Amino acid sequence: MARWGLVVDLDRCTGCQACVIACKHENNVPFSTPASSAAGRLMTWIQLVAVEMPGRDHRVPLPLMCQQCDRPPCTDVCPTSATYLSTDGIVAQVYARCIGCRYCTNACPYVVKVFNWTPPEWPASMQGMMNPDVSVRPKGVVEKCTFCHHRLMIARERAKAEGRELASEDYVPACVQTCPAEALTFGDLDDQHSAVAAAAASPRAFQWMEELGTKPKVIYLREGE
Amino acid sequence: MAVRALEADLEPAHPGVLVDPDAIVRPVLSVGPSFKRWAIAMAAVVAWALFAWIWQLWRGLGVTGLGRPVYWGLYITNFVFFIGVSHAGTLISAILRIVHAEWRRSITRMAEVITVLVLFFGVGNILLDLGRPDRALNVITHPHFRSPLLWDVMSISVYLMASSIYLYLPLIPDIALLRDRVSGWRHGFYRRLALGWAGTPRQIHLLERAIGAMAIIVIPIAVSVHTVVSWVFAMTIQPMWHSTIFGPYFVVGAIFSGIAAIITAMVIVRKVYGLERYLQPVHFNNLGILLLVMSCLWLYFTFAEHITVWYGQEPTELSVFDARLFGRFAPFFWAMFLFCFVVPFAILANPRTRTIKGTLIASISVNLGMWLERFTIVVPSLSNPRVPIHTFLYAPSWVEWSLMAGCFAAFTLLYMGFTKLFPIISIWELQAAEAEAAGWMALVAGEGDEPAGPGANGEASAATEPALAGGWR
Repeated sequence: MARWGLVVDLDRCTGCQACVIACKHENNVPFSTPASSAAGRLMTWIQLVAVEMPGRDHRVPLPLMCQQCDRPPCTDVCPTSATYLSTDGIVAQVYARCIGCRYCTNACPYVVKVFNWTPPEWPASMQGMMNPDVSVRPKGVVEKCTFCHHRLMIARERAKAEGRELASEDYVPACVQTCPAEALTFGDLDDQHSAVAAAAASPRAFQWMEELGTKPKVIYLREGE
Repeated sequence: MAVRALEADLEPAHPGVLVDPDAIVRPVLSVGPSFKRWAIAMAAVVAWALFAWIWQLWRGLGVTGLGRPVYWGLYITNFVFFIGVSHAGTLISAILRIVHAEWRRSITRMAEVITVLVLFFGVGNILLDLGRPDRALNVITHPHFRSPLLWDVMSISVYLMASSIYLYLPLIPDIALLRDRVSGWRHGFYRRLALGWAGTPRQIHLLERAIGAMAIIVIPIAVSVHTVVSWVFAMTIQPMWHSTIFGPYFVVGAIFSGIAAIITAMVIVRKVYGLERYLQPVHFNNLGILLLVMSCLWLYFTFAEHITVWYGQEPTELSVFDARLFGRFAPFFWAMFLFCFVVPFAILANPRTRTIKGTLIASISVNLGMWLERFTIVVPSLSNPRVPIHTFLYAPSWVEWSLMAGCFAAFTLLYMGFTKLFPIISIWELQAAEAEAAGWMALVAGEGDEPAGPGANGEASAATEPALAGGWR
């Protein structure tokens, strides 16, 4: 079984936020307004946060999404197993089972899980622009980055139909596909020949808050000298 | 020595007057205009809260002031607060019963009712907090046993069952007393609930044994309940939640606020139903001393919790610490310190101010302070996450305040309703004490008529306090 992982090269990231837009469109993430964002109601699966880095006098933009921990603090605390570590190594969120207690959102040290405070709304111009492969979440449940899990399912089905094994390049999340600076590398971390494994082996590689023992599968590469 | 202790306990509480069941039963069977006014006022608040609740169900939790990263606020604060207050019944009743503290007799029921009623509002606040309350039963149909919330579900349901039984058992003789005094629908109601109680020695023996067993059983359950509530926070790795002392810290805080709640209820019931004879200054004095001890214990735990964080200077912990003590939550924190320690300590440490009025002021202060403690535990940690995302200052919305008011009003209403169905003071237990005291006095005076002997309470108590055990003979 593949161990899907994402490497974010902060040296290449320009902070353009194309990944943010791609994710929103791909995953039917509702729009937010500046006012609702200020009230803590921003709906997003990936966002840029300004992080202090050693040896830098300015804050560095860092794309923050679900870190897809191998030891996720959020799944332990869920009273209904609505969030769990799937066999793909992706932290899954079952919207139909979630009771909306928001324990997982509070247990996550990265605060990357968002809650549907209101029913999702889109401007009229978005009519008919929804991604049919991704369910729209109702009010009252928690959601987060799934590494575009629907794309994995589609790729797997296609590979099966074509009578071949799923290849690493068959499956790529929307943010990775979109990134114009090629700062994002995705693939099977256990495949020694994959680009993502090579990137993850870089001496610049680090996992955010690795001291917490969450074992994220999102790996950042700090800026070069 | 034993004689003096018994006298000291009993005399001020029951100064030679016979227990008058009529005086206690009268308010049960009659409804005054003041009661009606209060009931209507409380019902109006509950009705308003119901409207707010329907509004929230319809619009979603967006009608609260919550947001990312402050995902929990008033509802969870109230949940912890109410579960804490529920410890009143266990401590006052079970512990005092086990140690044979005589002065407990007139206050145990008041305490036990608080426990049972307030638990519903603890659980209710969790339901209010759910994004999908319609799926609440998923915790039973799809349980995940590694979640501390599921531990909560289990220990609180056990506690609710145990404390309901523990409330019901000592009610049985009094229900039978009412059954024999009333007619109409009330007679049928009491007849069913009295389970054929006739006061035979065998029944009394069985009841005493059952009460004795339940008094022991509910204590570990109660401790587990608030320990598990604290673990909802402590089991995460969030700064200033992930604390090893949270279990005992929450249990101490729970007993603390529980005693304060029962003193408040006692003052009101005493005044409203004219039960001055049964709720005497000695009760308030003794509970006031207990409250004083808990206040000191609370200070010790709070100090230990904060000094270790401050000394460690771990940055993520320190940011929560600073927000709580010196930042935007400082007013709440220092108000908590004032209400939980300064005010109660100043009043209760001085015997001259440890009066009924004094303990009432101290108790209200403690209840306010303990609510603030729950708030300053829940919100500051969430407001200061490790990641540099946008945070905001959480201010509860009108819906949250309304539902909180509704919980308090509904609790008051149910408590009032209870006093109109059952005696709020345990008549039979007071009568038993009276019989025992009379027997003991007779024994001391050497007037013969030996009442004692190894009785229902067993050899241990019979050896130390023969009159207590023999009171039934």
